[in-house]
Amino acid sequence: MTTMTTPRRRIDWGRTAAWAALAVAIAVSLGPMLWMLRTALSSDHALASHSADLLPADFSWGAFARVFGLESPAQAIAEGGSGAAISFWQYLLNSLIVSTVITVSQVFFSSLAAYAFARLRWPGRDKVFSLFLGTLLVPSIFTALPNFLLVKNLGLLNTYLGIALPTMLMTPFAVFFLRQFFLGMSREVEEAAMLDGAKHARIFFQITLPNATAPLATLCLLTFITAWNDYFWPLLVGNDPSVRVLTVALGIFQSQSPQGAPDWSGLMAATLISALPILALFVAFGKKIVNSIGFSGIK
Amino acid sequence: MTTTSVGARKPVRRGAGALPSDGAPNRRRRQLGDLRVALVFVAPALVGFVLFYLVPTVRGVYLSFTDYDLFSNPVWVGLANYIKIFQDKLFWNAMGVTTEYVLLNIGFQTVIALGLALLMYHVTRSTLVRGILLMPYLVANVVVALLWFWMLDYQIGIVNEILQWIGLPRVAFFGNDQWAIPTIAFVNVWRNMGYTALLLFAGLQAIPKHVYEVAALDGANRWKTFWKITIPLLRPVLLLVLVVTITGSFQIFDTVAVTTKGGPVNATRVIQYFIYQKAFSDQEFGYASALSVILFIILAIIAFLQMKILRGNENDLD
Repeated sequence: MTTMTTPRRRIDWGRTAAWAALAVAIAVSLGPMLWMLRTALSSDHALASHSADLLPADFSWGAFARVFGLESPAQAIAEGGSGAAISFWQYLLNSLIVSTVITVSQVFFSSLAAYAFARLRWPGRDKVFSLFLGTLLVPSIFTALPNFLLVKNLGLLNTYLGIALPTMLMTPFAVFFLRQFFLGMSREVEEAAMLDGAKHARIFFQITLPNATAPLATLCLLTFITAWNDYFWPLLVGNDPSVRVLTVALGIFQSQSPQGAPDWSGLMAATLISALPILALFVAFGKKIVNSIGFSGIK
Repeated sequence: MTTTSVGARKPVRRGAGALPSDGAPNRRRRQLGDLRVALVFVAPALVGFVLFYLVPTVRGVYLSFTDYDLFSNPVWVGLANYIKIFQDKLFWNAMGVTTEYVLLNIGFQTVIALGLALLMYHVTRSTLVRGILLMPYLVANVVVALLWFWMLDYQIGIVNEILQWIGLPRVAFFGNDQWAIPTIAFVNVWRNMGYTALLLFAGLQAIPKHVYEVAALDGANRWKTFWKITIPLLRPVLLLVLVVTITGSFQIFDTVAVTTKGGPVNATRVIQYFIYQKAFSDQEFGYASALSVILFIILAIIAFLQMKILRGNENDLD
């Protein structure tokens, strides 16, 4: 390449700068996640003296063992933990139960409603639908206080049902999301079935739902992630350890630090475990999630 | 309400089936359409909607006019809560702190997200890149807050180590009353920027290619194309994104609740945290309800003004 026989393209500085900016953005997004992993794999006592090491300071699985209660209290305290029994398995299970119940029932009932809004003709349909949509604008704190009273009056405080109930039957977003998709689906097969005398229930279960697996899966993912990450509502109605979900548990874990110095590696191990199911879903279905975020993804 | 209409309309349909030749029931049947089956389909969602969205909205407004401590019955007090709120220094403090947060959060987030969206559009369409940038958004607020609480720790947090290495003084990010709100705003910019960028990216994709081609033929440079074409055509999407992100930003709670808890002193007592404390620590449910009515009204006004000022429903292509 010493002789310039072919005219070489000029370096596009704009493009180089753009790639550099993108690289920075990726590093900024990923870096803190890696730092969480690095801290979780460190010994708590070594963190202070090796605060800027890129690799785990004095590598240890101890933080994970502490979080899952695999160590004796004395050993946990010696390693910088609080020594208090943390029923992390229980919280993990609670999060799993609540999020699964919400996802399955919300998506199912919302798809029923979406079918009624997209495929059936009935008086008041559009009015009811715009009423549904209108509540998208109501801030969650506004309904949270009265909903707390309702759940309290129903005697459902500190139950799985109490945590799940407000979002189990519908969310305006889920109905809207599925209605949009149903409206875009071809009616031909459904109409043919109708001529054969099939009832709407059969059409819904045997034709519409099987043809909508892609958006249903996307909605399930989005609903599960939202339910898994929710903090405010479970904090109000599910503070008892028997139903406490991970996000609420993490908030408490943070404030239970012994002698002022937080058990950082234990805390990071706990946050990592809480984020892990979501990250796993993301690795498995990333493309679906990324592509679902557009105009219809606006919540 | 729904049950009465089912009861009233059932016989009509039966009549229609029995007398197909009769004109009148047929017409009524056509007007009612698939009402009966529709009610079955929509019933669960409707129950959920009425119980957990509609009734609470009405009840929330009612409670705001009462004195209610959760143990005895609510007592009607008229506008007393609202009058008290406007004289409450802590309320004005909460409004000020929340406004500062929203301005910092939305300002930085929107500009950065717009930049990222342009990079996603012009530099690489890789789904992997978009996925990586979206990742922080998928992790719970609580997790994100705790992660940064650790990274920004005054003693041994990595960010302060880097500051010291550069030669800058250490900063008590969460502990200093000047820094606390900008810090929380920054943490949530980090979490939301990829998501906001993806929304704007979808908007960029909707701009027809030929508009850019015409601009290129006319000799417009990148800078001019951006300001004269991209921004005006992106306006409806930008507006929608702003309405959604500003509404969300005003309801900041999780980050505050697991890090500063409103402190130092009142520096981060944002409005939703203030409402939460009034309702559940002070048991002033009526007062808290009035606060949330005010928050609701503020959000509605902001959304309305944005629609008016930015003319979001109009597209410059038409």
